[in-house]
Amino acid sequence: MLHIHGLSRPGLQRVDLDVDAGTCIAIRGSSGAGKSLLLRAIADLDPADGEVSLKGMSRTLMSAPTWRKRVIYVAAESGWWDVTVGDHFSNPDIAAGYLVRLGFTDDAMSWPVSRLSTGERQRLALLRAIVLTPEVMLLDEPTSALDPEATAKVESILHEKRAAGTAIIMVTHDKAQAARMAEHRFVMTAGALSAEAAS
Amino acid sequence: MNSYIELSYMDIALAGMLLGINAMLSVYYKLGTEKRLVIAAVRMVVQLTLVGLILKALFAAVSPWLTLLAAIVMVGFAGREAMARQERHFKGVWGYGLGTGSMFAAAGTVTFFALATQFHADPWYDPRYAIPILGMILGNTMTGVSLALDRLLADADDGRARIEARLALGHTFREALQMPLRNAMRAGLIPTVNGMAAAGLVSLPGMMTGQILAGVEPVQAVKYQLLVMFLIAGGTALGVFAAVMLALKRLTDPRQRLRLDRLQGK
Repeated sequence: MLHIHGLSRPGLQRVDLDVDAGTCIAIRGSSGAGKSLLLRAIADLDPADGEVSLKGMSRTLMSAPTWRKRVIYVAAESGWWDVTVGDHFSNPDIAAGYLVRLGFTDDAMSWPVSRLSTGERQRLALLRAIVLTPEVMLLDEPTSALDPEATAKVESILHEKRAAGTAIIMVTHDKAQAARMAEHRFVMTAGALSAEAAS
Repeated sequence: MNSYIELSYMDIALAGMLLGINAMLSVYYKLGTEKRLVIAAVRMVVQLTLVGLILKALFAAVSPWLTLLAAIVMVGFAGREAMARQERHFKGVWGYGLGTGSMFAAAGTVTFFALATQFHADPWYDPRYAIPILGMILGNTMTGVSLALDRLLADADDGRARIEARLALGHTFREALQMPLRNAMRAGLIPTVNGMAAAGLVSLPGMMTGQILAGVEPVQAVKYQLLVMFLIAGGTALGVFAAVMLALKRLTDPRQRLRLDRLQGK
């Protein structure tokens, strides 16, 4: 579904990758290896060479906002631009259904962002991307600030999204998480992506 | 009209002695400000004297080319000063060109407008009118443009996570930059707005005071001050708007990315 051909930019060597609907790819690697650069390049947030297409349609044929809504990038550090949590959701009603499953109470949409913990921010940043029903999700360490219990909640929602056809490319430091979530595992070393040796 | 009291150099030297007293106080109490004070005062005397001589020659010549040259030199200095006041600026020619270009366009347009409508100078480029008007508008536009650009680029740089979070969710670049844009426009216009609001109540504007001292009737002086304030406000608003819009364009590309790689710090 997501087709990446010859994608490269400074700090990232040529990447060729195909991601099918409903599958998950995990990428591990040390800090600064270029994992985030790859996700950003796929989301078209940085200039890069190469061809990226979704369901046979090149991203150059659609506007950048349209592309980014269909192929959503969730950064490791979440950004917040308004006062309350709800201000950051285009459709708070859909989000409400997920809040309890992610460990929040019903009124979380009215909370001020300034009072959120790092882990709460991380879950809500993921949620505001999920409710836009993207076809591909690019997740940069989506559970790095979460305890095992909250991580399990996030993973169960991600599994559900996959079952509905969403493809996921996930950067994670957690080898066990990569094993739980992904059928294809890669390692990024000094800007070069390679398949992880079976162990 | 020419009923003003002509100043002798002695009068000015007497006024300068006030600074001399300050310098002596500074030496006595070891405040360490005397050197800066003296250097700044000497600079001012030299600069203004030179400007006086240049203006005198310029006014006598009434040459369109010399007037244009003086205007270009003024804009050039203003551009350099505006860039020096920004903590971050664009790499390459954009760093200098963006502020300078907006100031040139805004101050030039407003000066031309004033010369064509209110002053009816003959010839229209008569430096006796063109240069002082341009100077006043330019000085204020420079402050506005440098404040606005400084704010915009700082907000874009510091707010990267915030802005890119919106871009990643499919917001347009204009949506994602809405707050920085507003803050920058406000920062650029605040000195002008405050200046207009406080005029006459808190302070008598310098130009008006000078005119009154030089023997002009107060109501006439007020009219001139009003005209000048409007020209300044118009020029500053135009310049700030042009600079912020151009900077916004330069901060992104056709794929609506945030291009912080085009910035450099001090």
